[in-house]
Amino acid sequence: MSDFRVTKPKFFATTKKGENYELRADLNSEYRDRRKDAIKKVIANMTVGKDVSGLFPDVLKNMQTEDLEQKKLVYLYLMNYAKTQPELVILAVNTFVKDTDDTNPLIRALAIRTMGCIRDDNPYVRKTAAICVAKLYELNPELAIENGFVAVLQDLVSDANPMVVANAVTALAEINETSTTKDIFIINPSTLSKLLVALNECTEWGRIAILTALGDYRPADSKEAEHIVERVIPQFQHVNGSVVLSAIKVIMIYMRIIKNDEMIRQLVRKMAPPLVTLLASAPEVQYVALRNINLILQKRSDILQNEMRVFFCKYNDPPYVKLEKLEIMIKLANDKNVDQLLSELKEYASEVDVDFVRKSVRAIGQCAIKIDEASERCVNVLLDLINTKVNYVVQEAIIVIKDIFRKYPNKYEGIIPALCQNLDALDEPEAKASLIWIIGEYAERIENADELIVTFLDTFRDENSQPQVTQNVVQRVLQIATSECDNPDIRDRAYVYWRLLSTDPQAAKAVVLSDKPVISIEGNTLNGPLLEELISNISSLASVYHKPPETFLGRGRFGADAVQRRAIEEQEEASRESPIQAQVKTNIENLLDLDFNDNSTPNSNTPPPPPATSSKSTNATANVDDLLDLFDNSSISNNNPSTPPQSSSTNHQNNGIANDLVSLF
Amino acid sequence: MISAFFIYNQKGEVLISRLYRQDLKRSVADIFRIQVISNTDVRSPIITLGSTSFFHVHHENLYIVAVTKCNANAALVFEFCYRLVIIGKAYFGKLDEEAVKNNFVLIYELLDEILDFGYPQNSETETLKMYITTEGVKSQRAVKEDSSKITIQATGATSWRRSDIKYRKNEAFIDVIESVNLLMSTILRSDVSGQIMMRAYLSGTPECKFGLNDKLLLEKDASHRGSSQRRTNAVEIDDCQFHQCVKLGKFDSDRTISFVPPDGEFELMRYRTTENVNLPFRVHPVVNEIGKSRVEYRITVKANFSPKLYANNVVIRIPTPLNTANINTRVTAGKAKYVPAENSIVWKLPRFQGQSEVTLSGEAELSSMTVKKAWSRPPISMDFQVLMFTSSGLLVRFLKVFEKSEYTSVKWVRYMTKAGNYQIR
Repeated sequence: MSDFRVTKPKFFATTKKGENYELRADLNSEYRDRRKDAIKKVIANMTVGKDVSGLFPDVLKNMQTEDLEQKKLVYLYLMNYAKTQPELVILAVNTFVKDTDDTNPLIRALAIRTMGCIRDDNPYVRKTAAICVAKLYELNPELAIENGFVAVLQDLVSDANPMVVANAVTALAEINETSTTKDIFIINPSTLSKLLVALNECTEWGRIAILTALGDYRPADSKEAEHIVERVIPQFQHVNGSVVLSAIKVIMIYMRIIKNDEMIRQLVRKMAPPLVTLLASAPEVQYVALRNINLILQKRSDILQNEMRVFFCKYNDPPYVKLEKLEIMIKLANDKNVDQLLSELKEYASEVDVDFVRKSVRAIGQCAIKIDEASERCVNVLLDLINTKVNYVVQEAIIVIKDIFRKYPNKYEGIIPALCQNLDALDEPEAKASLIWIIGEYAERIENADELIVTFLDTFRDENSQPQVTQNVVQRVLQIATSECDNPDIRDRAYVYWRLLSTDPQAAKAVVLSDKPVISIEGNTLNGPLLEELISNISSLASVYHKPPETFLGRGRFGADAVQRRAIEEQEEASRESPIQAQVKTNIENLLDLDFNDNSTPNSNTPPPPPATSSKSTNATANVDDLLDLFDNSSISNNNPSTPPQSSSTNHQNNGIANDLVSLF
Repeated sequence: MISAFFIYNQKGEVLISRLYRQDLKRSVADIFRIQVISNTDVRSPIITLGSTSFFHVHHENLYIVAVTKCNANAALVFEFCYRLVIIGKAYFGKLDEEAVKNNFVLIYELLDEILDFGYPQNSETETLKMYITTEGVKSQRAVKEDSSKITIQATGATSWRRSDIKYRKNEAFIDVIESVNLLMSTILRSDVSGQIMMRAYLSGTPECKFGLNDKLLLEKDASHRGSSQRRTNAVEIDDCQFHQCVKLGKFDSDRTISFVPPDGEFELMRYRTTENVNLPFRVHPVVNEIGKSRVEYRITVKANFSPKLYANNVVIRIPTPLNTANINTRVTAGKAKYVPAENSIVWKLPRFQGQSEVTLSGEAELSSMTVKKAWSRPPISMDFQVLMFTSSGLLVRFLKVFEKSEYTSVKWVRYMTKAGNYQIR
């Protein structure tokens, strides 16, 4: 099987005028080869999206043939146009019927695929027929049930042939999901034992089908669960990563039921090596594995305790893999491995990919906040990075240092001069706001604090809303803010401060100097019920997005078409509007953005944003919260349509900013 | 499951388009082209638009894309995409645009066989080759004579093997191929991923038993016999995976590897070790940036294996700054050349004796740049092959073949260690 790229007719060659006419002539040619080539050309045209439905009767004539390849091609064509030309397909039915009686099982199976019929003594035909019932059910559920196909399918689960079992399971699972009653596929003790036998004998894909079915099954008690788990564990040794992940899913689900602590310990231990091995797969599979490891770690934090090193990024890992590895490394960080991790992160901070570098710097900050003992080492690494003077590294470092200051007040103020040296380099709102906050917080210890702040004031009017709220030479700021600022949010807030200060400075002090909520990196974790739901969905899209399936699927299979149409329309509409708006729209529509930012930064008091709510509604509620919070002293948040969607640090930052306002009085 | 399957070329032209379900139109192909191929910002291999999810894999100059409308098993979809690449390679030698264009009918035929209603079916190349062949000539024979047998076998418990195989001489070849990965910076991280390839030319239905110097197994044996056997040579295997012919249940219970092999070449086993890795090469790099105009290099490489062995095709890639104008190098062996397109010095040594040591010294002159940007200093990387050497220390202890007719068989074992990701920062 070496070289098939010998001289072959060019089926994709550019087309001339009246091609369909020529094809028709060829299709009706008296020479067999010519007819076959013509069919190939028709299929090629179909692939590139040309309409060749006009040739339907001519192609159909070529169906009755001994040549298997030709027959498959004609079937391919028929399946594509059957919907649009139903009256012509009737012509084909005779040949189909004839094909089902053919002595060749390959031909019988082919015919069955297109028609749907079931009993046969050849397993290849039966396994094909099993899937066919699912097809039939999709087209006409009543027919499938009334003619007893579904019942036969239920029998096929006990078939002697493993592949037939696997396909029957697949088909039943699909039918069960679309059915209204959800009682099509119920595993009882006898089917369970059949499934466990077939699990070890069928193809890799069949194993996944069976493992998925086992994942949906609820064992009666701990004992039964343990029994099944023992049969599932050998699958950890399968070469196919998706089999391994499916097996892990079953184990994770069954661990909820298993009461035997020793068994649980053993399972946790056995799960680690296959998870690590998944990191040697293709990058896309790695990515899915990493997203799932992230989930598993949230549930069982002890699982990969000693395996931090395997998550170190390789220079040529794709960016999406690197970012996921970072997340997991932070999850695994403890006081024993933090030194290793820090020197690794420092390396990453010198790479070229800006996004990755920023996330690495941010990760250093997260280490400091997570591990008290390591905070000093982290701060030193950050200082080293600030000394590199690479603009985006410095800015990111200052942002994370602000969080460290917040977690460990009055511990590292010695580094403030080093930070202030970089004042001029800052051009990003978040970095500026962070530095201003730091200056404000330590104003009494910085001699020239007001000078420093004034340098920011000059650009006040040009800033977008993030640092604006933070100004210092209060009177002047408030003056500018109330009279010259376009942003109503900032005007409002300025009025509030002004009033507060002029009526009762003590109250103002109480408001803005109140204790800030404790900062931690727990924002990275999902809440209990969601986590459990996602664990039940290990390996699926939901586990990759960390979102429940409803959030990215249309309601029911039959509504899906409409949803898709709407999505496409919206997309088109969006692209016609201004680019920024289009961006916003696609962000909502497009789960691709996967929110790498979503929960990745220290976030004390905001719960993870509810998925799929439009940004407008969050803003509305946030603004209300805002006012309430002001009297509540807990946090002041600033959210208005022009800020980037809920940058996680706004909360504590503003809080601090308020501090700084009063500290000058 | 998978609703549609597409193959695009680099430009985004559809080469293969196969729909498996009614819930999509052929035009979704355009959405992928617009949203992914022509959008350079895309970083994720999975994209969901509306309720349609696109999974893509980039191979050679092709995009291989599966489309779903459900909460699909993402790992399965990607494994399947890669399986298609493997099948394509087995059939055409290489899966690229040319191969797809020249064999599109066959690819449709394959797609029809390996995916049914979007669910993957039998995707073993050896099995597929029995009944999906490239030219009608062969298929006629296969179909007429034994399609019944083929279909029973393709779905059966040993779908990977025909029952009527006969060889005059019964032979089995085992190749142990290890890829050693190294990431050396302030800390060292190394591991070995190994692969055991087997070429079996054995008659009938042979039952094989395969033994390695696996620490867990040897310990078990030793405690069984109550003897205090030396197990200094045993290797600790972190994890392993097997070809579907290996009885996983048996391995799980007593760590024996037993199987009925497919005919011809297959990957019997993959394994991973991290303990006691023998690194074949030690690299001591000294790279100094002197001011803004010069970088000095002194790279010493030492071979750590027995002087009786030697490495082949050793290539050392030493990155240089992007603004390198000129390079001077001196080497004690091999040839070093500056390759501007790769931004690195490529140092090649066709043969590298065990225990010997080579050195490259040189300097790069840099042109001045208007924007000063720190050099990211990518890692130095190495490529090599060492025959009859395993980094993990793994050895094949035995391969036993049992068959009804009790023929004798000849077995051959070879070892090779090659560089996986061998990087020094």
